[in-house]
Amino acid sequence: MSENAETFAFSAENLEKAKAIFAKYPEGREASAVMPLLMLAQRQNDNWLPTVAMDIIADMCGMAPIRVYEVATFYTMYNLKPVGKNFVQVCTNISCLIRGADDVFKVCKKKLGIENGETTPDGKFTLLEVECLGACVNAPMMQINDDFYEDLDGDSAAKVLDVLARDETPTPGSQAGKRDGCQPVGGITTLKGGK
Amino acid sequence: MLHDKDRIFTNIYGLNDKSLKGVQSRGGWDNTKDLVAKGREWIVDEMKASGLRGRGGAGFSTGMKWSFMPKDNPLPSYLVINADEGEPGTCKDREILRSEPHKLIEGALLASVGIGAHTCYIYVRGEFYREAEALQNAIDEAYATGMVGKNACKSGYDFDVYIHLGAGAYICGEESALIESIEGKKGQPRLKPPFPANCGLYGCPTTVNNVESIAVVPEILRRGASWFSGIGRENNKGTKLFCISGHVENPCTVEEEMGIPMKELLEKHCGGVRGGWNNLKAVIPGGSSVPMMNKSQCDGALMDYDGLKEHGSGLGTAAVIVMDQSTDVVRAITRLSAFYMHESCGQCTPCREGTGWMWRMMERICEGNAHIDEIDLLEDVTRRIEGHTICALGDAAAWPIQGLIKQFRGDMEAKILAKVGAHADAAE
Repeated sequence: MSENAETFAFSAENLEKAKAIFAKYPEGREASAVMPLLMLAQRQNDNWLPTVAMDIIADMCGMAPIRVYEVATFYTMYNLKPVGKNFVQVCTNISCLIRGADDVFKVCKKKLGIENGETTPDGKFTLLEVECLGACVNAPMMQINDDFYEDLDGDSAAKVLDVLARDETPTPGSQAGKRDGCQPVGGITTLKGGK
Repeated sequence: MLHDKDRIFTNIYGLNDKSLKGVQSRGGWDNTKDLVAKGREWIVDEMKASGLRGRGGAGFSTGMKWSFMPKDNPLPSYLVINADEGEPGTCKDREILRSEPHKLIEGALLASVGIGAHTCYIYVRGEFYREAEALQNAIDEAYATGMVGKNACKSGYDFDVYIHLGAGAYICGEESALIESIEGKKGQPRLKPPFPANCGLYGCPTTVNNVESIAVVPEILRRGASWFSGIGRENNKGTKLFCISGHVENPCTVEEEMGIPMKELLEKHCGGVRGGWNNLKAVIPGGSSVPMMNKSQCDGALMDYDGLKEHGSGLGTAAVIVMDQSTDVVRAITRLSAFYMHESCGQCTPCREGTGWMWRMMERICEGNAHIDEIDLLEDVTRRIEGHTICALGDAAAWPIQGLIKQFRGDMEAKILAKVGAHADAAE
């Protein structure tokens, strides 16, 4: 894994997935597959996209490579250089900010010993401050790889990182232990009948 | 207050069975075939009569939007559902995707009949990976049981639905940027006209609707337009998902009647403002793009399009961000300025450059490093961006600052004067 990786090839399994992706779009509209294919390549390649993968995708989609680079650089979720095994993205936007995102982010920096945008020397963690991730009633929150960790404070954020440091997976969702979703912590106020 | 029997999203907290069977036990996918059989005109007329206004923020009549779709165009038509939820404070569509995905899929079928489309793309923001998984599971279930696909619900109507995952660009929530994104390009908004109804995805007639707008369609058609239009106020009909974040005791998402008083919404469902109603400082009532309101405006505010417009704000996405007296509102809005700078697509100069200017000026004010006059200068800068860009992101970046200056100019001045005072002390 290096920034100058010179080889990339989709696995057989992902080539099958690529076929299914192309099938979603009308004939002649292969360019529509560029975003899902970039993500597929990134997921296969330890969560980052080498240029060679973009070139292969350009070829598959019948696009000029520059058009693929444009897409890869426009959208923030494409990682154009290697990231840690655990990609920690802390939301600091308004709803999280006013409920203590500063503490969460500070604890993450201290705990991991890195600043915003950096990766730990052992390659285990990358830390990034990000924009609103759409879990505002469960603020503050952070996303680590595919999962959301919600209702955080400094202590619970530290615990999540501790679990990951032991190569275990913390349970996603609310970390305050009082709810599973977006209902009021004090108990539901509607839909009490259940079904 | 809204009764449970009038709530559309009966599993919004995901506490009940999410499988197709569970959904059907709650009345989902019931007589869908008959609704499809009633045809395009009937569906559009019902939606118009229901008074539903788009739930993504702009609030345009959903039925009216559908009626703009051409009937004699030889090209295929498309339904595109906007699940690129990213407006700070907003997290309602996430709950539909992960807890009520079948409502969205059934709504997609019925809406497609209404606009004459046989293909639907649901554009889900890339960060919602788990939510997209939940939606895909529901889509797979719907295909496996013949609810969608060829001869959907045995109605004779062919209907395909696909997820297209975004990859982290707020601007793709703008409908023409979203279309560009599905076409495999950078998400930069298009000039309008032409509007998507005439020239949208792949140059074909396209309707772009918000997740919530589509997910309420089956219930409206099943129960009838008059049921939906019987809830709420004139011009502001129906029920709405509110997501209340910030300084309330219990932040939550809840479905309520349009026009519910803000105070009632916060006190009934969220345990009230932290420290009591009198501890309220400000509320942003509709997601980050609408101007903030001060406490006295909040006192009697009704939560619908017209009720909030009266106070110079808007319902937007109905994401209610509550700030108590402890809040540094200048810093909060500065954070939003950073957000808009980050998310500007870079196409129009006033937005690309202006969002940066506004953020830097906000930072100076926030740190107390500005001169008092800069507040007026900043206001002037916002006016030069607002209305001068292809899409509404420029406006969205300008309005929070205008709201701050209008409501909390004193807070801005205090920061500057505090620094000036500190300098004077140091000089003595």
